[in-house]
Amino acid sequence: MVGARPLPRSRALRRAVSSVLGSRWSLVGLLALIALVIVLASSAQGVSGTRMLGLVVRGVLLGGVLALGALGVTLVHGVLKMANFAHGDYMTLGAYLALAIMSVLPPGRSVFGLGFGYEFLVALVLVMPLVGLVAYGLDRVTFRRLRQRRSAPVMMAMAALGVAFGIRSIVYMVFGADFAFYYQGRPRPVVELFSGVRVRTDQLFILAFSLALIVLVYLLLERSKVGKAMRAMADNPDLARISGIPTERVVFWTWMVGGALAGAGGMLYGLDVQLRPEMGWWLLLPLFASVILGTIGNVYGALLGAFTIGIVWQVSTAFVNPAYGPAAAFVVMILALLVRPQGLMGGGR
Amino acid sequence: MSLLTVEGVVSGYGEMQVLRGVDLRVEDGEIVSIVGPNGAGKSTVMKLIFGLIKPWEGRVTFAGEDISGMAPEQIVRRGLCYVPQVDNVFPTLTVEENLEMGAYILDEPLKARKERIFELFPRLAERRNQRAGKMSGGERQMVAMGRALMLDPKLLMLDEPSAGLAPLLVDLIFEKVAEINETGVAVLMVEQNAKRSLELAHRGYVLATGKNQVEGPGAQLLGDPEVARLYLGG
Repeated sequence: MVGARPLPRSRALRRAVSSVLGSRWSLVGLLALIALVIVLASSAQGVSGTRMLGLVVRGVLLGGVLALGALGVTLVHGVLKMANFAHGDYMTLGAYLALAIMSVLPPGRSVFGLGFGYEFLVALVLVMPLVGLVAYGLDRVTFRRLRQRRSAPVMMAMAALGVAFGIRSIVYMVFGADFAFYYQGRPRPVVELFSGVRVRTDQLFILAFSLALIVLVYLLLERSKVGKAMRAMADNPDLARISGIPTERVVFWTWMVGGALAGAGGMLYGLDVQLRPEMGWWLLLPLFASVILGTIGNVYGALLGAFTIGIVWQVSTAFVNPAYGPAAAFVVMILALLVRPQGLMGGGR
Repeated sequence: MSLLTVEGVVSGYGEMQVLRGVDLRVEDGEIVSIVGPNGAGKSTVMKLIFGLIKPWEGRVTFAGEDISGMAPEQIVRRGLCYVPQVDNVFPTLTVEENLEMGAYILDEPLKARKERIFELFPRLAERRNQRAGKMSGGERQMVAMGRALMLDPKLLMLDEPSAGLAPLLVDLIFEKVAEINETGVAVLMVEQNAKRSLELAHRGYVLATGKNQVEGPGAQLLGDPEVARLYLGG
C-alpha cells in the first residue's frame, strides 16, 4: 500500500489542472488569446488599425442581429427542449413578409436621417407578431404532436429541418431566387463614428433596435409572470405542471417571443445587407454557434455568444475570403468547446 | 364526506402494474401517513392522486368530485397541492420566484401570501433573493413546501419530506408539518421514516406489494405486530 501513496496526490493535481483548464476564465482567456493573435496577424499583414476597428464595429452590428435569433433558439430550447433548425428560416420569413407589406404601402420619404421611410417601421410592427403566430401555428401542427408522443430529439430536429425547407421553398415560389432590397437606389446616409470609422445611420438604428429588444426580453424574463414561468419551465418542466402553471400558454408565449425576435432580426439583417431566400438558412450555423458557445438554454450566454461570433465573423474577413466568415465563427466555437464543453455560462466545475 | 378518497385503484407505468387495489381516505384537517417498504408503490399513489398517472381501474375523488384524469392545473385550483420527493424546486429561480410559481393560476398580487410563507419559514425570508439551486437540502425542502402552500390548499401532499436530511432538519420538517396542520390544512404524506411519521399522523396506512395491508391510528400501527412483520421490523 506504501507504493500507492503518491497516487492520490497526482490525481488531485490532475483534477486541479483540469478544473483550471475547464474554468470559465480559461475560456475567456482563450477568446482573449484569439483576439491577440488577430491583432498581431493584422499588423503583420499590414491591415490598418482603423480597418480593424471598423470590422469590430460591423461585428457588433452583426452580433445584435445574431442575438435576436439566438435568443429565440435558446428560449425554445430551454422551454421545449428542442433544437429548432427552422429558426433561421423564421428570420427569412420575417424579412420577406416585410417586403410584401411594404410593397402594398404607399412609399414614404426617409425619416430621421435614416435610409428608410415609415413603411419599414410599420412592417416591423406587423411582422413581429405575425412571425410569432406562424411559429406557434407550426408548433401546433408539427412539434407539439411529436412532443406529446415523446419523440426522440433527433425526430424533433428532423421535423424542424422539414419546416425550414418548407418555408424556404415557399419564399422561393412567391418571391423568386433573386436578391431583393427594401429600397433600391435610395441614398443611405453615413456618419463618422470615430476617426475613419464610418457607418450608415441605418446600421446605428439596427444596433439600437436590437439592443432595445434585448432589454425588453430581459425585463420580460426577470419581471413578468409569463417570463418567470418560461424560466421555471426551462428549469423543471414537470414541477411547472405540478405547480399548476398552464404550460401550453407558456409555450404559446415562447413561440411568440422567439418568432417576433426572429422576424425583427431577419428584417434588420435584410435592411443591412439584402434579402435572399436562403439568408436565414446561412445564419443558422452562426446562431447555433452563438447559443452553444454561451451554453444552450442560457439567455445571457446566448447574448455573449452572439456578439463574440459576430465580431469573429467580421474580423476574420480581413484575412480570409468573406464567404468563410461563418466558418471562422464555427472554428472559434469548436475551440471554445474543447476547453469548456458546457459553454461560457454552464454550471458544474 | 371525506376530503379525499381513493377507491379500488389499480394502475402502473406502461405495462408494469404497480398498484393492485389501493383504498384510502383523508378527512378534513387530518394528517395521514403512508408507510411501507421500498417498491410498495407509495410514490406511485401520490402521482396517481395528482393525475400524473391515470388509474386503470378505480377512482379518486376530492371534496366529492371525481378528479381522476384531471390536469394538474385543474387539481391545484380545487385545493390539492403536491410536493414531489426529488427535483421539487426551480433551481435557477430565486426563493421568492419559486413561491410565485406556486400561485401562478391566481391573478392577484402575491405579497401577502408570500409573507405568510416567510412567517412559517423565517429561514426563507432571509434568503428570498437567493437561487433555490444554491441552497441546502433542508432549505430546498422548505422552498418546495412553501411553493405548495401558496394556494392555501385544503390538502397538502408530501412525498418523503425528510429524505436525505440531517436529523436536526428532519425534526424541523416534522415540526413544520404539524404547524401547517394546525392551521387547518390536511396532510397526506409518504415517508420511509415510518416511526416518526406514524407518531405524527392521526391515521396511517401500510402499503406493501401495491395494496394497502393495514390501516389504523398512527400510534396503534406502531404497536401492531403485523405492521412490524410487514415493514417496521421485518
